[in-house]
Amino acid sequence: MENKALIETIDLVKIYPMGNHELIALNRVNLAFRAGEFAGLVGPSGSGKTTLLNIIGSLDSPTRGSAVVMGKKVEELSARQAARLRMENIGFIFQTFNLLPVYTVYENVEFPLLLLGVSGAERKRRVMEALEWVRLSERAKSKPSQLSGGESQRVAIARAIVKKPTLILADEPTANLDAENSHNILQIMEELNRELGTTFIFATHDEKVIQYLRRKITLLDGKVARDEILTTEEKRETHGGNSR
Amino acid sequence: MKVVFKLAFRNLVGAGLRTWLNVIVLSFSFIAIIWSQGVYEGMSAQAAQSLKDAEYGGGQYWHEEYDPYNPLTLEKAHGALPAPLQRLIEERRAMAILIIQGTLYPQGRFLPVIIKGIDSGQNILLFPSKFLNNGGEDEIPALIGTRMARSTGLRVGDVVTLRFRDSQGAFDARNIRIVHIMSTTVQSIDQGQVWLPLSTLRSLAGMEQEATLVTLGKGTNFSERIPGWSYKSLDFLLQDIHELVRSKTVGSTIFYLILILLALLALFDTQVLSIFRRRKEIGTLMAMGMSRAKIIQLFTLEGALHSLLAALVAAVYGFPLLGIFARKGWAMPQAIDSYGFAIGERIFPIYSAGLILGTAILVMLVTTLVSFLPTRRIAKLKPTDALRGRIS
Repeated sequence: MENKALIETIDLVKIYPMGNHELIALNRVNLAFRAGEFAGLVGPSGSGKTTLLNIIGSLDSPTRGSAVVMGKKVEELSARQAARLRMENIGFIFQTFNLLPVYTVYENVEFPLLLLGVSGAERKRRVMEALEWVRLSERAKSKPSQLSGGESQRVAIARAIVKKPTLILADEPTANLDAENSHNILQIMEELNRELGTTFIFATHDEKVIQYLRRKITLLDGKVARDEILTTEEKRETHGGNSR
Repeated sequence: MKVVFKLAFRNLVGAGLRTWLNVIVLSFSFIAIIWSQGVYEGMSAQAAQSLKDAEYGGGQYWHEEYDPYNPLTLEKAHGALPAPLQRLIEERRAMAILIIQGTLYPQGRFLPVIIKGIDSGQNILLFPSKFLNNGGEDEIPALIGTRMARSTGLRVGDVVTLRFRDSQGAFDARNIRIVHIMSTTVQSIDQGQVWLPLSTLRSLAGMEQEATLVTLGKGTNFSERIPGWSYKSLDFLLQDIHELVRSKTVGSTIFYLILILLALLALFDTQVLSIFRRRKEIGTLMAMGMSRAKIIQLFTLEGALHSLLAALVAAVYGFPLLGIFARKGWAMPQAIDSYGFAIGERIFPIYSAGLILGTAILVMLVTTLVSFLPTRRIAKLKPTDALRGRIS
């Protein structure tokens, strides 16, 4: 793991106007993530997990403060620059999978490579490789509507990982999955993190996810309440260890 | 752009029935526009051809006083044939027509008519002048058209009195025998007209060797300035007919504009719905790094590709259909005779490459514009809102 911060938030504030009131979603958040981390933002609904994830992913910008992602200040990026940052360096995994319904599994996974302008032969090789990682090469020609929830999320992981991004942001990736599928998905992501060195940041309140994390950041009312590095022993103590 | 095109095509094909419904409606517009314009082009060409065959030949020389829209000019609109025209007539490359005013008395009524004298042996026009050789010694042979026969109740063999003024202004009258009733699509040689042998009319009117106009043969290339006479090219002579067809075309244009409007409305609706239904997809595309401009391109292209598919679909079922029409023609109802120009009983549409290409380009341009308009919403869409399925 490198020592240099991949992501850094400095006094990050995000305020949403709500009619006459304001909702403070993030309140002076200071965090740093290094490359190769397998970290999670945890906390109850409305604690600011998704907002922070969106800002890190340059899908949103802070009201005040700064978010530096891979050396780029998110608040200073134009829409086009932010799109390029996401295209080249960031993969997203969503709670509802967000697969493109008219495309096959293969075409869904191929999509980020098309945007990157990867050549046909190279595209094919990488798509099949990504599908093998998530053990779905047999379903390459299926449409998303023909897949189970677990399979859909595995396709989403393949789509996120196929371009070998530096960072993958996963927003409640197991919320629509049963326990067995959740563990399968998490094992795949843990393996990818280990083998490819991809940084994973989750937003979750699912205990099943939390037991896989090596770093747990607890958010409460938009503030960082706790930031813990979890050792295997700690994880075992907290979650009973055998649940995996 | 290649990627966007590929994605747009995938999306379009993937959308299935929704796409094909729009494509089929749009292809109807294609065919309707091409068909209706083809009919009018055919009508125009047929009318022009009929006029050239039966009246205008390869152009005309008019006596300087002659104005076809003012019968009062006929009194003075005649003169001796100038030498160059006389030579052309002798060479059978042109023919003379003498025109005077008269009154016909069919079945106890009287009817102002234009009396025209034509050489019964002429070969310049497709005109049944040879029937004028069939007269007896006492009666003058005369030829009329079907419209004239209908309005006067005259039939072949009927004898009727014709009154006219000679060159000195004296009234005279003769009995004429209808030797033939010609069926022609050209109203301007039929309605209100009586055709007599040129030599007879000249002698009756005391206008020997004179003419009102000279019609050139189709291959006769002659347009020299002749004092007292003015050359009228085919472009000039057919000007009215083209204007008339153009004015008729306006009606059909309104019809196809309504049709295309309906098709475009369906497409506009599809686009608006598509953006609304696919906002989460738009959010996903943004998350994957597609810029707003690219997404707008994608949606616009998806819409525009409808017209490309429509053109292909139209080619599949429309071209054979249009081909059949072009070969077999389209039967004209009787009432169409009141249109005021020469239309045959069947119209044979003409589909030029310009018409087909022009229609395709027009529909594609308008479709692209209609597809683009709703996509402007995407420009204002925040990725986070789109991912949540909201639309700003």
